[in-house]
Amino acid sequence: MLKTFAKGGIYPPENKLSAKSGIRDLPLPKAVTIPLSQHLGSPSKPVVEAGEHVKTGQLIAKSEGYVSSNIHSSVSGKITKIDAFIDSSGYKRKAILVNVEDDQWLEDIIRSKEVVREFSLSSEEIINKIIEAGIVGLGGATFPTHVKLNIPRGKKTEYLIVNGIECEPYLTADHALMLEHGEELMVGVQLLKKALKVEKALIGIENNKADAISHIAALAKKYEGIDVYALKVKYPQGGEKQLIKALLDREVPSGGLPIDIGVVAFNVGTTLAVYEAVQKNKPLFERIVTLTGKSVKNPSNFRVRIGTPVSLLIEEAGGLPCDTGKIVYGGPMMGKALNDLSVPVTKGCAGILILPETESLRKKIEPCIRCSRCVSVCPMGLEPYLLMGLSQKNLYERLESDKVLDCIECGSCSYICPSNRPLLDYIRLGKAAVSKIIRPTK
Amino acid sequence: MSSIFLYTVISLTGLGVASAFVLFLVAQRFKVYEDPRISEVEEELPAANCGGCGFPGCRNFAEALVKSEDFEGLYCPVGGNETMNRVAEILGKVAVAQEPKVAVLRCNGACEYRPRTNRYNGSETCAIVAALYGGDTGCEYGCLGYGDCVEVCKFDALRMDYKTGLPVVTDENCTACGACVKECPKNLFELRKRNKKDRKIYVACMNEDKGGVARKSCSVACIGCVKCFNVCPWEAITMKNNLAFIDAEKCRLCRLCAPECPTNCIIETGFPIKKEKTEKTKAEQVTAPTNDKPGEANNESKNISEK
Repeated sequence: MLKTFAKGGIYPPENKLSAKSGIRDLPLPKAVTIPLSQHLGSPSKPVVEAGEHVKTGQLIAKSEGYVSSNIHSSVSGKITKIDAFIDSSGYKRKAILVNVEDDQWLEDIIRSKEVVREFSLSSEEIINKIIEAGIVGLGGATFPTHVKLNIPRGKKTEYLIVNGIECEPYLTADHALMLEHGEELMVGVQLLKKALKVEKALIGIENNKADAISHIAALAKKYEGIDVYALKVKYPQGGEKQLIKALLDREVPSGGLPIDIGVVAFNVGTTLAVYEAVQKNKPLFERIVTLTGKSVKNPSNFRVRIGTPVSLLIEEAGGLPCDTGKIVYGGPMMGKALNDLSVPVTKGCAGILILPETESLRKKIEPCIRCSRCVSVCPMGLEPYLLMGLSQKNLYERLESDKVLDCIECGSCSYICPSNRPLLDYIRLGKAAVSKIIRPTK
Repeated sequence: MSSIFLYTVISLTGLGVASAFVLFLVAQRFKVYEDPRISEVEEELPAANCGGCGFPGCRNFAEALVKSEDFEGLYCPVGGNETMNRVAEILGKVAVAQEPKVAVLRCNGACEYRPRTNRYNGSETCAIVAALYGGDTGCEYGCLGYGDCVEVCKFDALRMDYKTGLPVVTDENCTACGACVKECPKNLFELRKRNKKDRKIYVACMNEDKGGVARKSCSVACIGCVKCFNVCPWEAITMKNNLAFIDAEKCRLCRLCAPECPTNCIIETGFPIKKEKTEKTKAEQVTAPTNDKPGEANNESKNISEK
């Protein structure tokens, strides 16, 4: 019997179309748009000016405050403007536009593919390198990694969890990464273990990635204190709280963080970025992005420079299919439809999904029939139908006491609802209002 | 047999008297004094419970009025000065008169001026759309057109015009309660001073983009050209973030600015139709060089004066 989390969860069709395609390097675009807020927290502050020439990997924006992150140029060329450009938020926000000239990397970045296993750095030195490299959680939440690594006083870390679940249907970026960069991943885990001063690391992989499980498990045998677990396929197992529950049977308290129960979790992409930053001096300026969809000619995993427009990925995968209904930034469950193809790929983008017209349209909203399916699938044990109603009526105190802020926005409730009710849409509204109105007063 | 009746009546009466006495004592012990003026004041209020005063209902507002020393910050926009004077009479205080106001929509981006750039398919409320993205036109500042404001208006002063996709304020019904101002996620409503005959001149645009970008997404956007700012003799127009704003307090309704506007984003309403002729010629003069606008400009002013 494979492990999984206890409460709720759904089983959407997996549709991992690009699982076998490997990772391809995407050709350089003509220009990249690098947004200044690609992470959770305050936007970074530009340290370059229009007209300046930058090299690949050069710092172009510095973090503002503790919860923020450095941003590096992903190409070499001339900065044409620092202006507002549309990004995945759907609004125009400040970004740096770089015209690509060639691909000159900074001298101290090691470009060889050879795996560097040895390291003699202390915990602080590793964390400093991670801060410098501007690493954020690449699973999608884009929370700055160094903040997670700084363990508050009085808290003890017992386990490091590495998240190779990739529970979103369609997406295969982490899968491809585990297959092609397994060795590097192991060194990354060792580095994170050193940084956190923990002995045990657990890697969780869902059972639909058998090749990745056997590959990673074989590699992990060479290292001490790394256990690999195959987990039952269930959405949203990739959620930090769900994964911890599945692997360790520990529950993160409401409003708390995993560190409260002695756990810190990172995505495999983040772990690889840590390896590259520490061992190769390479800041985070590229990531692996899946471009997929049922009508796409060649669903693929691309190694993409941050700031590349989505249109280039679509072009490389064989062009936009004629039956396209929606282009989703992210996975089908938590992603967001795009309204412009010039939107750049950012640090938090794991995939671009092209949905055909027939699958992308919303169905007619019917009245709630009180079937309570949303309650039974909610992985956080909330009552989505109730939260939606409260949110529509602006009853913010009750929303807060009914734990709306515990919602992880996985979308299981909206997926399962037989009346096609937009549960998550309204819960998100309520969440935003509650965190704006009620949280600051506490 | 009759003795049973007698005993029953006597015992029940006794019980009743005893309970009444207990209740009397309890009522005396837990008596809550309530200022009778609160109810009196509440009677005078419009009983719309709209929240325009900032309180959850008329009763709460009445309580605040009775407690307050000099009515500072307390005003019922629905009842207006008349109601406030009556309330002041009851309480023996002096009401501070306020100018009556009316809500205006600071967006004129009807479908014909603001082409759609994508199709939205999701929950049809402005709040959700605004949380998702900038809207289904190129302008991320403009009206989304899903009518959250119409929903919250308790006075039937707002309706959706399905031709333009914009809400329309019915001036006679608007009480300036501010519900729409709070509801609009794009902050497009503004409460402006109500002039004689509901005359208004205002910039119907909130687009803060630079001129070219704004114009590209909407042909009636304010492009920040400063023409109106330069022509205004009363210093009523201010420029901020590529956007003109006419201060209703300083504006003397001289109508010099509207014909200057190259995109017709300054809207005049409530002015007599007879002046339309001069208006027309002015509009033609201004837009003549571009050569494609006069027709539109005329329609615009006609529509407005018809309203």
